[in-house]
Amino acid sequence: MSRRKDNYENSRYYKFKRWFDGDINLLEGVTEVTLPEDDETGADVQTADASDGLPGAGGCKAAGTDSAGDISALEARRKASEETYGPEVWPQRETVDYVRWRRHAQELLDARIHPAGTGAARASLEGSKSDGIAFDSADGADGAGRKRAASGAAAGSASSPEPLVRGMKIFQWFYMVMSVLLCALIIGVFLWTTVHLPPFGNADNPANNEVPTRYIESGVAETGAINFVTGMILDYRAFDTFGESCVLFIASCCVLVLLRIDASNGKSRARSRGPQEDDRLFEPKNDVILQRAAFILVPLILVFGVYIVLNGHLSPGGGFSGGAVLGSGLILYLNAFGFAKTERFFTEKVYRRVTLCALTFYCLAKSYSFFTGANHLESGIPLGTPGAILSSGLILPLNICVGLVVMCTMYAFYTLFRKGGM
Amino acid sequence: MSFVQNFPFFSIIIAMFSGIVSSVLSGKKARAVSITAITVTTVLSACVLAFCLRTGQSYTYMMGHFPAPWGNEIRAGVLEGLTAVLFGVVMFLSVVGGLRYTEEDVEPSKQNLFYIMIDLMLSSLLALIYTNDLFTAYVFVEINTIAGCGLIMMSQTGRSLTAAIRYMVMSSLGSGLFLIGLSLLYDVTGQLLMSPAKEAVARIVADGSYQIPLLVIVAVVSVGLAIKSGLFPFHYWIPDTYGYATPTASAVLSGLVSKGYIFLLIKFFYRVIGTENAVHSHIINTLFVFGVAGMMFGSLRAIMQTDTRKMIAYSSVAQIGYIYMGIGLGTQAGMIAAIFHIFSHGATKALLFISCVGLYKASGDRTDFLALRGSGYRNRLAGAGFLIGALSMVGFPMLAGFISKLLFATSAFASPHKMLITLIALAVSTVLNAIYFLRLLIGLYRPTKSGSFVEAAPAEQSGRGGEAEAGRSAKLAGRKSNGGVKPAEKGAGQVSGSAALAANPWTMRIAIVCFIILNLILGLFSQPIVRVITDGLAMFG
Repeated sequence: MSRRKDNYENSRYYKFKRWFDGDINLLEGVTEVTLPEDDETGADVQTADASDGLPGAGGCKAAGTDSAGDISALEARRKASEETYGPEVWPQRETVDYVRWRRHAQELLDARIHPAGTGAARASLEGSKSDGIAFDSADGADGAGRKRAASGAAAGSASSPEPLVRGMKIFQWFYMVMSVLLCALIIGVFLWTTVHLPPFGNADNPANNEVPTRYIESGVAETGAINFVTGMILDYRAFDTFGESCVLFIASCCVLVLLRIDASNGKSRARSRGPQEDDRLFEPKNDVILQRAAFILVPLILVFGVYIVLNGHLSPGGGFSGGAVLGSGLILYLNAFGFAKTERFFTEKVYRRVTLCALTFYCLAKSYSFFTGANHLESGIPLGTPGAILSSGLILPLNICVGLVVMCTMYAFYTLFRKGGM
Repeated sequence: MSFVQNFPFFSIIIAMFSGIVSSVLSGKKARAVSITAITVTTVLSACVLAFCLRTGQSYTYMMGHFPAPWGNEIRAGVLEGLTAVLFGVVMFLSVVGGLRYTEEDVEPSKQNLFYIMIDLMLSSLLALIYTNDLFTAYVFVEINTIAGCGLIMMSQTGRSLTAAIRYMVMSSLGSGLFLIGLSLLYDVTGQLLMSPAKEAVARIVADGSYQIPLLVIVAVVSVGLAIKSGLFPFHYWIPDTYGYATPTASAVLSGLVSKGYIFLLIKFFYRVIGTENAVHSHIINTLFVFGVAGMMFGSLRAIMQTDTRKMIAYSSVAQIGYIYMGIGLGTQAGMIAAIFHIFSHGATKALLFISCVGLYKASGDRTDFLALRGSGYRNRLAGAGFLIGALSMVGFPMLAGFISKLLFATSAFASPHKMLITLIALAVSTVLNAIYFLRLLIGLYRPTKSGSFVEAAPAEQSGRGGEAEAGRSAKLAGRKSNGGVKPAEKGAGQVSGSAALAANPWTMRIAIVCFIILNLILGLFSQPIVRVITDGLAMFG
């Protein structure tokens, strides 16, 4: 507690001025020196911090993260790890080893910095100088960061951390109780609503109106499909189904963004495929039981899938279910015989082309159909005899398209999650 | 049937098809396809708007050979056309303005995936605007959610993955509630299309049957869409999401995506439930309360931020609060103000996100207040863009934000019970907005601590550390040795000072200038737009 002559340091004007200049943060009433956020280091330090939740070590941790951006600290960290592991075994980033190493180095660093009086001592020094103000690198918006800020403040100003810890415990307890209560409330509201809904299966229900009546009565004549459901999703409401296919397409694109590992990436942050991430090393697996079973099952599954897709307008089934069966057949084949064999006929290029062709055909065919329908033109697509395999106009090819998209998406998800590429 | 009436359908299909085709194209070609698609759809929407203005009525468009309650349907009117045009313009400018940064932030082999997300985002926004079918709306809400998630995690730096997961969880919760609401609605009305559903709802209300399910439907759909658009108590995903995505993604997500859901909610109130029933259900009062709370808390949290991008993100929370406050007034005037604010906030927030990146690049990729000191001089155009955007947010006359605040204030007089709260909230929130935006603006045009305008406080050379306080600058320099390399590589060589850093890509200049013009148009020629919104709402009825 050092006070300047005119008390200027403590004046509200001075504090406002410093806030205005961006020096201090308003959160928690403590000043906070924000560190520029080093993307990867920040994330890793967070992981390391999250592993041990000892509140007493708050001061150390705050100091450790505080010095994360410090060049000398980084150097020291490097040296520290080289002493323990040797310079060759510098662990790859984003691996478990790396996180473990970071944690170890962090501990070493904390132990080293404390007596030397560089990081934490400086922080606490300045903390006491500027009136119980602690330094922290955490991001104010983040809950964990605020927690750390609080414990850092407690340790920095050398006051007892006990009330804060108790406060946090009470808050967590309160939070848990409230979330359980809220869930119970929502469940209760929905149950209460269900009581007031029309009884299930009643003939007078509002849902039994002219809409399903027409689907059932004239569906066969209008769509040519004996399976009403297929007729409904691929003819009456084909636009929604096109949207659903696009949902699958964009979901697989998102997984590609997330998981595909590109070798052709020169950037420093590009992830290289570590040996433990590529399980192709364990192939061929030569699991005789699996291979024998797959040898019999895969053709059956694939033929059954094709049957479901092609017969979608005649019997229960269709593109979505048939595509799922086809995809699972491919995945079984992949598991039994390995990537070397599947890549002879199913690579990323094939995947892209199949998806593109299927969705393009769907898009163009249905656009034509929508356009003629809306403008009251004859589409000129024959509906055929209901019950024949070549009937029901566009439904059969659309079923095939949806089936291909679903199959490719399932297979792509599996391969991407397994090896980060197709 | 006029050929123009096909255009809403064409624009949705063009956007989707460009996304599908982009999957086999290279990044550059996908970008060209995407920009073309956005331009074409915007032009088509403008034609739709002109057509509807001329005929003076809306029309429905059958998607297929089957009429309304059996097949899908889309609907176009004046308000739909105007929204589609403005969304298209904001989307175009956001994509063009962030072109260079997208190139830098996204891995080269994944560029086409980024533009797939943009295309499908556009298609889903258009579908949400034009749809006349609740289940179609749900399908495209799903596409919107997944595309948004992809846009967030595209940069794969910092906390963008965490932000994407958070966004996914919250958005899925919102979609789930929306879907529950739709199922309940189908159960009690037997309709999914909006116009027949509205008749059925009117019958139910007249009968007095199914009152409780109807209340729950309104509540669940409102809460679901409020979660997805980031209304105050559900805003937790916003700061990280907007703070760590690429500039284009931030601009699109904050400017358009959340607005698309709000537009859907307004459509739900007008075209399905009926405004009187929505007002009677008192759900609208809840939205009002949370909107007002969001205006306060969003601004307060924005004041506390040290990271300016997060500050802008929290300001979004406050602005979403404004929109919900307008909806919550429950009057025609309030709704008009809310819709106008959708447009003005979309244009302004996208401008802020695009121009602040220019400022960050001129300050060595740093986003805190201290580093941005004087950056208005280092990158004059971005500074000007930020100035206009921030002033518009605060409500400076002649700019878009002023008109929306004026509309909110005048609409408050129409609802006597909420007038005082609305006016006080507006006043307080404006002051709070002014505090954090003017603080940053003044900082942008002040000299750095070393007294000059040109040099960033921690310049690229790490040896400069001695000037500021010892501890801080060393850390900053440490950061610079990692983070400062990127602009230096990309810029026109290692020129000392910031001349090279301040060089804006020409695409970004165009985007900022156009955004400023758009803001001025919304601010100066607001009367025709307000009239169009009024007509559009009348056509909703």
